[in-house]
Amino acid sequence: MLREVGSIYRKEMRAYFTSPIPYIFMALFAGIMAWRFFFDDDTAFFVFDKADMARGFFYRLERWLIVLVPAVSMGQWSTEVDRGTIETLLTLPIRTSSLVLGKFLAAWTLVGICLLATATIPISVSSIGDMDWGPVLGGYAGAFLFCGALLAVGVWISARSRHQIVSFVLTLVVGMVFVAMYELAEKAGSTFGPILEQLSLVSHYQAIGRGVLDLRDLAYFGSMIALFLYLNAQSVENRRYR
Amino acid sequence: MIEVQDLVKHYGPVKALKGVSFEIQPGEVVGLLGPNGAGKSTAMRIVTGFLAQTAGSATVDGVEVVDDPIRCQRKIGYLPEGNPLYLDMRLREALRFVASARGLRGQERGQAIGAAVEDAGLKGKEHQLIGSLSRGYKQRVGLAMALLHRPPVLILDEPSSGLDPNQQIEMRRFLRELSESRTIVFSSHILPEVEAVCDRILVIHEGDLVADGTIEEVCKQVQAPGAELPTLEEAFAHLTDYAPLDSLQGAEVDEVAPLEMGGHDDVA
Repeated sequence: MLREVGSIYRKEMRAYFTSPIPYIFMALFAGIMAWRFFFDDDTAFFVFDKADMARGFFYRLERWLIVLVPAVSMGQWSTEVDRGTIETLLTLPIRTSSLVLGKFLAAWTLVGICLLATATIPISVSSIGDMDWGPVLGGYAGAFLFCGALLAVGVWISARSRHQIVSFVLTLVVGMVFVAMYELAEKAGSTFGPILEQLSLVSHYQAIGRGVLDLRDLAYFGSMIALFLYLNAQSVENRRYR
Repeated sequence: MIEVQDLVKHYGPVKALKGVSFEIQPGEVVGLLGPNGAGKSTAMRIVTGFLAQTAGSATVDGVEVVDDPIRCQRKIGYLPEGNPLYLDMRLREALRFVASARGLRGQERGQAIGAAVEDAGLKGKEHQLIGSLSRGYKQRVGLAMALLHRPPVLILDEPSSGLDPNQQIEMRRFLRELSESRTIVFSSHILPEVEAVCDRILVIHEGDLVADGTIEEVCKQVQAPGAELPTLEEAFAHLTDYAPLDSLQGAEVDEVAPLEMGGHDDVA
């Protein structure tokens, strides 16, 4: 199993990095994040004049992550189907579950690398003041888990749609729903508010970002990823019976 | 080596295979013939485990493919129709991927890649992007990927499609070389290739097996009493309902009145 996952993972990573796409993603994402952190009115780093990331950088970061994740997930299966290489993959002696896991882990790594590319921001902030690294690391960990869960959904969507743009839009919409649930929860009153909050990916991400490592949040991400990887394997397996 | 029994495959309302049976012995070289959309690719895709059949059975070395696809796939080298490749990978990377996916490690993997590159005539191309190779070379890449683990069974879906005449001759020589130690099933529209390489042919038409035997046997099967033995081309046209035999034999091409143009979409 591990060998199979490893071979798919390495193939995906090699394919990413022989193309310019990951570099463009990284540069674009890190660039936009830096611009936003230092100059956006919302975050207003220079207004608060504090070596603090939690308010600025991680504030509503999810609104950007829900664009980054579909951009990575959209081609995961649809390019294999488009090019016909899905036939190569599915006739290799590899379990479908290994295929799905290998692809997912590679995509998650790519998203992780894009997040890491923004590390220049905390590093430069810490150089001008005394920064508390705890919330920064928590914020990154939360963002990474949030991306993993949305990515699992996105990769599954990509296995069900032949068109990359359709996968992109659908995954973006799922992300927007989660964000909307979170932002509406504040205004939804005492009955529906907590329910919406519990259901939304974003609140679990925010909890980890605050540095509160609750097993329930981890379980939420874990089960979401597991569920969609399972559905993904089912969709791929169902191709044989079309 | 390969046994197919009453194989049926439906794609929704389309019946791609309607109950095909054949057997392929170890070491045989079998040509799969039929018009486009006849069901050749579908049959190959079921034997290689890419598709599951609607009914019937397909076994490789006694193992039912749907029950244990992985065990069957270990024995098969497969070149899918249209030769799909990872165009944005370098040749060596692509071969490394296939080798490691097939469980080859370390020195063994290096040797297997070296041998496949050598056999497929790809020496010196290892560091090129597959997308930058010419069509003939891409075809060799597909073959190298199929040959990498030295499989006892090779299944090649139109290995010569899109090759120029010289490359076709080369492919013929290559198939003959490979056949010395392997079971080969391949589909082709190039009848001289089939005549040069195959021990036996199977003709599939509209999802049915309409002929199974040596080329001579198949030609005899359609021979009218008293008439001379038809060529493979004539037998093919007759078996696939393109034109009746008597209108074909001795006639110039433009005199042949086809029964109907085979208007079957390629569903696979």
